[in-house]
Amino acid sequence: MPDKKQDLIDQNLQDLDDDGVDRRGFLKCMAWAGTGLVWTMSGGIPVSRAFAKNNDKNGNKNAGKGADFTFVQISDSHIGFNKPANPDVTATLQTAINKINAMPHKPDFIIHTGDLSQLSKPSEFDTLDQVLKGASAKQIYFVPGEHDMLSDNGEQFLQRYGKGTKGSGWYSFDQKGVHFVGLVNVANLKAGGMGSLGHEQLEWLEDDLRGRSASTPVVLFAHIPLWTVYPEWGWGTDDSEQALSYVKRFGSVTVLNGHIHQIMQKVEGKVSFHTAMSTAFPQPAPGTAPSAGPMKVPAEQLQQVLGITDVNYLVSGRSLAVVDSPLGAGTPATANAGSTGVM
Amino acid sequence: MNKNNVWIANVAAPVMIMVLLLFAGSRNVKAADQPAAANAEVKIDNFVFGPQTISVPAFKSKVRDTDEKFSYKFDKAGTYSYFCSVHPKMTGKVVVQ
Repeated sequence: MPDKKQDLIDQNLQDLDDDGVDRRGFLKCMAWAGTGLVWTMSGGIPVSRAFAKNNDKNGNKNAGKGADFTFVQISDSHIGFNKPANPDVTATLQTAINKINAMPHKPDFIIHTGDLSQLSKPSEFDTLDQVLKGASAKQIYFVPGEHDMLSDNGEQFLQRYGKGTKGSGWYSFDQKGVHFVGLVNVANLKAGGMGSLGHEQLEWLEDDLRGRSASTPVVLFAHIPLWTVYPEWGWGTDDSEQALSYVKRFGSVTVLNGHIHQIMQKVEGKVSFHTAMSTAFPQPAPGTAPSAGPMKVPAEQLQQVLGITDVNYLVSGRSLAVVDSPLGAGTPATANAGSTGVM
Repeated sequence: MNKNNVWIANVAAPVMIMVLLLFAGSRNVKAADQPAAANAEVKIDNFVFGPQTISVPAFKSKVRDTDEKFSYKFDKAGTYSYFCSVHPKMTGKVVVQ
């Protein structure tokens, strides 16, 4: 099995089109990602090893080493939630942080894609801060979820995590040539609607991206998915199409979202969409329950349906490898990495 | 007809948390940027009022956790649409007769 995988990976590395994008390998990898979900984590992150320049086929010690930087996405910590689906979300967040700290390569920063708290209470944000203080990565970027907007339209959130941001909390930053944009699609939610970015933010985004070279990898992150996952449950963003039209010209675009508490991925041209697991509780797959909401699973399975996302970026290949891994190990052995995708 | 114009609504939040936003009028306009509660504005352009329909919140409840309640006294007849601002797909209506 490892050999077969290595073949796939080697093919990926060699098959670049003129614009540096390995589309065939892309698709192969995405097909693999579908079955990748069945595999459980067993130490290390083999796929990132494949993207390392100095490939050591024996051990995992080079995992992430060849990457120019790595970061981790966590999401939906819902601090303050205490119902049966998970009576102790602080503990599972701590497990996620411990897992990040135990990674062989220390991530440069963490991105939290929202729903930090359950009810926007100061005590909940305080608890979150306490846990995050213990993370090895000191730089943490946030965008709010709808659960963080419940006191004075998000004032609490902005005061604590919104320094230097505009409007309801949007901003951008650069890291080793990659352009990151934090978007807010949970302000002013309308009855019966999905997420929305709003005119002002869209104008800002267009302006922010203007003039940047198309070879700049772009990462957009926001709480609610920026593509329509399941409109019946509000899992989408009404005006995301306009935002996506602004990034169409870029060679590599990665969209990281949360909100749905499960992994979903989609590739559309040069744009790859990815939603992360929650560190608090899972939600049902679209249409498999009367409504969205906390889903109770047997206690011993909880750690497997919660997780973090590790992203490795290679400057030379201009590619980002996104690797999801559950908090718990589940059944040992043959396995490797949760679901993976090459961007 | 022994009908009071006053009706007290007692809404219990069953399973999830809710922040209720009650709007006067029938349907909420899904316009790009809805004016904020206090000062809604209607403009005239080319002999047309715009937006055609505006919705102004009658109230906004504090966030309600599971089993918490929210009460509102309706003293004017009409149809009032409301929704949960955390879970926007949750909508309901109060008809005051």
